[in-house]
Amino acid sequence: MPDSFAAGFSQDAHTEAHNPALLHHFAQPQQQRDAASLGMWVFLATEVMFFGGMFCAYLIYRLWYFGDFAAASKTLNAGLGATNTAVLICSSLTVVLAVWAAQTARRTLLIASLILTMILGLAFLGIKSIEYKDKFEEHHVPGASFSFDREPIPGHPGQYANPRHAQIFFSLYFIMTGLHALHMIIGLGIFLWLLIMAWQGRFTPEYHTPVEIGGLYWHFVDIIWIYLFPLLYLIDRHP
Amino acid sequence: MSAPSKSSPLKMYFSIWVALLVGTYVTYRVASIDLQPFNAAIALTIATIKATLVALFFMHVKGASEKLTKLVVIAALFFLALLLGLTMSDYATRLWS
Amino acid sequence: MANPLPQPVERENYLNKEYGVWSWLLTTDHKRIALLYLLSITFFFFIGGFFALLIRLELLTPAGDLVQADTYNKLFTMHGMVMVFFFLIPSIPAVLGNFLVPLMVGAKDLAFPRINLLSWYLYIIGGVMMLHCMLTGGVDTGWTFYAPFSTAFTNTKIVEAGLAIFVAGFSSILTGLNFVVTIHRMRAPGMTWSRLPLFIWAHYATSIIQLLGTPVIAITIVLVAAERTLHLGIFDPKLGGDPLLFQHLFWFYSHPAVYIMILPAMGVVTEIIACFSRKRIFGYHFVALSSIAIAVFGFLVWAHHMFVAGISIYAALVFSFLSYAVAVPSAIKVFNWTATLYKGSIHYDAPMLYAFGFLGLFTIGGLTGLFLAALGIDVHVTDTYFVVAHFHYIMVGGAVMGYLGGMHFWWPKISGRLYPEGWARLAALIVFIGFNLTFFPQFILGYMGMPRRYYDYSHMPEFQVLNVLSTAGATVLGVGYLLPMIYFLWSMRYGKPAPDNPWNAAGLEWKTTSPPPTFNFEEEPVVTWEAYNYDELDAPHPQEVPVAR
Ligand code: HEM
Ligand SMILES: [Cu+2]
Repeated sequence: MPDSFAAGFSQDAHTEAHNPALLHHFAQPQQQRDAASLGMWVFLATEVMFFGGMFCAYLIYRLWYFGDFAAASKTLNAGLGATNTAVLICSSLTVVLAVWAAQTARRTLLIASLILTMILGLAFLGIKSIEYKDKFEEHHVPGASFSFDREPIPGHPGQYANPRHAQIFFSLYFIMTGLHALHMIIGLGIFLWLLIMAWQGRFTPEYHTPVEIGGLYWHFVDIIWIYLFPLLYLIDRHP
Repeated sequence: MSAPSKSSPLKMYFSIWVALLVGTYVTYRVASIDLQPFNAAIALTIATIKATLVALFFMHVKGASEKLTKLVVIAALFFLALLLGLTMSDYATRLWS
Repeated sequence: MANPLPQPVERENYLNKEYGVWSWLLTTDHKRIALLYLLSITFFFFIGGFFALLIRLELLTPAGDLVQADTYNKLFTMHGMVMVFFFLIPSIPAVLGNFLVPLMVGAKDLAFPRINLLSWYLYIIGGVMMLHCMLTGGVDTGWTFYAPFSTAFTNTKIVEAGLAIFVAGFSSILTGLNFVVTIHRMRAPGMTWSRLPLFIWAHYATSIIQLLGTPVIAITIVLVAAERTLHLGIFDPKLGGDPLLFQHLFWFYSHPAVYIMILPAMGVVTEIIACFSRKRIFGYHFVALSSIAIAVFGFLVWAHHMFVAGISIYAALVFSFLSYAVAVPSAIKVFNWTATLYKGSIHYDAPMLYAFGFLGLFTIGGLTGLFLAALGIDVHVTDTYFVVAHFHYIMVGGAVMGYLGGMHFWWPKISGRLYPEGWARLAALIVFIGFNLTFFPQFILGYMGMPRRYYDYSHMPEFQVLNVLSTAGATVLGVGYLLPMIYFLWSMRYGKPAPDNPWNAAGLEWKTTSPPPTFNFEEEPVVTWEAYNYDELDAPHPQEVPVAR
């Protein structure tokens, strides 16, 4: 959906001689920019609530089944999780660089930053799929083949996690990270489109709203991960 | 819509980036020390600081020409708090009677 | 749309600018999209109505004779899902709001015209999925699809129906997004916040709910679908989950959703009452801010649907109290409308009749809501026909009345034709009588203990008289709803051409032609007057066309 959102600006349907990017129903470019940016912010507010439902479920079950959640969380690969956090943070940097490059008419830097962002995004998804594969092999994917037998509860020697409750953890893990990954994929789509436009030289210091609002979206997805990482990977890690 | 400032913001961007990386590293290392409930508190505090940095500086909420952006952010967080808070008001008090 | 008859001066407008299917299906004109929505929601209204008819027919006799229990379950489920998600939620916002928001703020279009079109397509995709689901078996859980029944027991098409609602939900989010951005960014010069029509304030408040509530039902549907296919345990007590979590998430959206339905109707009624009392609305700022207050408070009360479900009784107390609080802004509105009527020069045209209907019926619905918000009473009447009557007074007596009133009020603007006033007044009367005959007996039935969602009450034959009344009323109501459809269609061909401002009403939408040109205004309007300046409009030297009545 953010695709189409941004697509509202991809076409210069009504050519006004002076400014091809100005859509007919806006009075001036400033109004169009402000509308687009507010639109993206409002959309991100809906995203907060979308993820909020999952955080709500997570919060309740984490309080109810803390030990089981800790045991399950401990089987995740925190090193890979931390690496992925770093990867996303780097991509956020390349995104601000892209926005800055667009503002200051540095086309090469813009294109390079967009490409770098996409590479980092792909790296994130690559690492994520390694983690998924591990979980699959360990039979930690909820469903018929799920098993979580005799996994110790951290800090409670001799106690083992209840597989059912661990399954709830893994369900939330997969749904939350899965939807996050879906957002990353959509983000990659947006950035591909930005790259094409940048390549064609369509962005100028006066007109680069798509880069800005695409960037907002990307940062937001990064923020979600900033929370997912400690909540999912680091529940109770000490030996 | 950040007002293009006279000096280039690159230095700021890079320092935020470093801060975010440091925050990640600290979160990761602190998790393996046993601090009881403070583990979660520290992890979430750092996460919130990181998120705030991203929002303020990378998403330009700070210095945005408009209060409206801030209002949208606050509204989103407020309603999220309602969802979590009022739901928890049920779970937290269910066993009281 | 039908080709208009040749007229002396046929001005170019949004209807006759282009012809052909594609000029409609690919349009980005908010007015055309509004008409696309009008057609589609009318279609779903009749589907939902058809189910309602079957439900009422089954309840004509105490025995479960017309349909089997399973079928009956599907009937009321599909009725609820279609009416809530595919008729009432999009009704006023997507039709009247779409048409009027840009006109009223003095803009050429909504901020994101293509997203507006996308929203209609999403609605259609969701609608087609819902139809497909219906034709291949339907769902039997009730529109509330409570877990774990929906996730572990029923063998009907929950996932498909859920996806249909998910997709339609995105259409609703996009509409809200467009409104918020348009209202903030596209107002004409001079159109300050306190000059905005209250219809706009109501839609702004509605949009807040659409934007912040709908995503929560979306994720809830995702969780239900995952739970149902993989048996994760998130909502299943057998697997360690909590079914009440489902109810929390569901009602976090679905209580505010009832305000998505009623707030726009309040906006419509405010416009109508001001116009047909020829007065400035009493307490403009109170009415405006009470819309926002309703939107916010509406998010604080959801667990009043769960009083008997096993939530903590302390939480129940809090939610009961908060439910009383949400009645305050609604009451503020009712008082202000009444005060506006006071000493107004009241005209009893059809839109005003609907507005009067709204006032009375919404008040009854709201007050019975307060009954239900009281824990002691709720325990007695929850899940009975009392609840059914309560929410129909609000959703049908309130929201649908507002919708019909608005359709009549703005029909001259939308179609460029006048509808037949005599028929319209008759229809308004029939709707009002039919409605009360249908739903008032249900209050009594519920109070006597008739449970909702039962198809057979043969152990309690004394309920029959009231049920027969209700079914008879439903028939009358059905006729009342068919009439406007017929004469609106008729008027598109044979109605008298409408002047630009047939009601001599305030508001920018009346300053342009009927129907408006594609970009709404010949020249960009500049607003120099306050909203509802009826005293100026009615001043002895009218520049405008005289009122056509
Ligand atoms: C004055 C404000 C209102 C209050 C205090 C109120 C209170 C309540 C309560 C307590 C219930 C739950 C009854 C039960 O299940 O036992 C309820 C049900 C319901 N209300 Fe309201 N209500 C109010 C306004 C509205 C409005 C404005 C609408 C719709 C436009 C609405 C629609 C509904 C619906 C659809 C249900 C039934 C849901 C279901 O179980 O299927 N209410 N109301
Ligand atoms: Cu409610």
